[in-house]
Amino acid sequence: MKEFTYTINDPAGIHARPAGILVKEAKKFESSISILTANQKGDLKRIFAVMGLGVKQGQTITIQISGPDEDHAADTIESCLKSNL
Amino acid sequence: MLTVKGKCVFAGIAIGPMALFHRSTISTAAHTIENVEAEAVRFHSARKKAISQLQDLYDKALTRVGKEQAAVFEIHQMMLDDPDYIEAVEDTIRANSINAEAAVDQASKKFADMLSTMEDTYMQARAIDVKDISRRILEVLSGGIGVDFTKYNHVIIAADDLAPSETLQLDPDKILGFVTSEGSTNSHTAILARTLGIAAVVNTGTALHTDVDGKTAIVDGYTGLVYIDPDEATLTKMQQKQAESLAYKKQLEDMRGKESMTQDGYKVELFANVGNPNNIPQVIMNDGEGIGLFRSEFLYLEHNDYPTEEEQFEAYKKALEGMKGKKVVIRTLDIGADKKADYFPLAQEENPALGLRAIRICLTRPELFKTQLRALCRASVFGKLSVMFPMIISSDEIHRSKDILQEVRNQLDKEGIAYDPNMEVGIMIETPAAAIISDELAKEVDFFSIGTNDLTQYTLAIDRQHTGLDKFFNPHHPAVLRLIKQTIENGHKAGIWVGICGELGADLELTEYFLRAGVDELSVSPPAILPLRKKIRSLNLSQK
Repeated sequence: MKEFTYTINDPAGIHARPAGILVKEAKKFESSISILTANQKGDLKRIFAVMGLGVKQGQTITIQISGPDEDHAADTIESCLKSNL
Repeated sequence: MLTVKGKCVFAGIAIGPMALFHRSTISTAAHTIENVEAEAVRFHSARKKAISQLQDLYDKALTRVGKEQAAVFEIHQMMLDDPDYIEAVEDTIRANSINAEAAVDQASKKFADMLSTMEDTYMQARAIDVKDISRRILEVLSGGIGVDFTKYNHVIIAADDLAPSETLQLDPDKILGFVTSEGSTNSHTAILARTLGIAAVVNTGTALHTDVDGKTAIVDGYTGLVYIDPDEATLTKMQQKQAESLAYKKQLEDMRGKESMTQDGYKVELFANVGNPNNIPQVIMNDGEGIGLFRSEFLYLEHNDYPTEEEQFEAYKKALEGMKGKKVVIRTLDIGADKKADYFPLAQEENPALGLRAIRICLTRPELFKTQLRALCRASVFGKLSVMFPMIISSDEIHRSKDILQEVRNQLDKEGIAYDPNMEVGIMIETPAAAIISDELAKEVDFFSIGTNDLTQYTLAIDRQHTGLDKFFNPHHPAVLRLIKQTIENGHKAGIWVGICGELGADLELTEYFLRAGVDELSVSPPAILPLRKKIRSLNLSQK
């Protein structure tokens, strides 16, 4: 399993558009991908789950990935977070 | 006359007959279904059809309002593909043996409630997106009765709220404006209205009924007021306001493609300030003649780690190519004070504005500076790039910065990598020290750009974020204006150009003063360009 953390820079937090971009990227992989906040967990392939976390600017999230393409998925999701959030 | 007040979405004035927006009512009443599996299949085929409709809307939006705004229809497709949403509908059909319409309606309420009870007002506003996608499935289930937009011609639409997909279908040539009793200025609908340029007021809190149909209405997108069946005096007043608003917009529109020159032939370069290569389309749209301040901080602040040479090179190259050969002045790292990044260790300081920031960081950590200069040099062959150092207070700092730049160039020569050897090197004049010795500094560089925000703060010793000091703060303080004038004169004595890139550059009350002082370039935020050009073209320096 791969795991990393990321702190949200975007003033609007994970709003609909970047949530959509993340879900779209996550769906390209076979691995299961989760997004965790301090007290909640969501499936990164499900838009309502991601939006429902209501992640705000300055909040640190953890991404957990496990599956056959986890290395590639981790790189992709990380750079996706960096360029959109 | 009925007057209601809501929130302004787009500053424009619309006057015309009102039309109440009608949606076909779709029954979502529950009834028992014998064959639940067939009903689930019915739901799925409606869902797939709805997704393909959204793909069509996405393609349409892409050409009308651009990728950023079109994204909402991509998100709507994801919502219809969300396993949680699908499960909610399927489970309801199976568990209760009820029709797909009722199950979709229940799922819609469940997810809309989930969003509308969130703390964040932005997320609350997303409930409308859930209702929009659910309604789309219901329309397909009921045989595809959609809203007939062709019947709305030359009217102001009154609705409870408009879904993004509905707004997108409004033709700005046929729809004068709209007013909604619900909705928020954060909604995709509001954003679309702004992009399409439709006068709009939302969230009036007053539901309008069929009795307003056909009555004259006025939507004032400047004040958020909507007048229905206005009296003569109001109508006359608003017609005048509308004419003035249109005339002003047209005057600005007329400024496009014109020279930024006074009536007696004094020409100024009118550039834009930007913080990200994504802002380039805005510069082009507002007819910026170049970029006078490209802040490179976004590369550092929007990342989790130091940006690599390659990442920086790509960003600079994109900006240069976007500006198609027009000048782009890129300011090197100006971090510190109020701008900080997690990975970037900066000690807590008693006085951050007077602390380790900007060029002081670069000269303390030359490796960091070299990476940026290398990326800039490499990008310089893709357009007309000028590099600018911030927070300079002495000739020595310029020497040290230029020495590092020379080292970078030597290394590139060794590696056989191309760069523009004539790239201009300039400095920001934003400390009183630099302004006072600008005669000496002018001998060392190719240009000056006066950063009036910091120059004002340091000259007056007033923190501009400190609201309690407003009564002491005079943005036109003579000390600041004299320093600016002196800097321009000293620059010209040494034969270099001098620009202004702070907020004062866009202050129309000072335009004449700056032009009389001899300023060569003004760099302002993109929306301020056309009003400033209009001001410049109205001036005649030979008079008075």
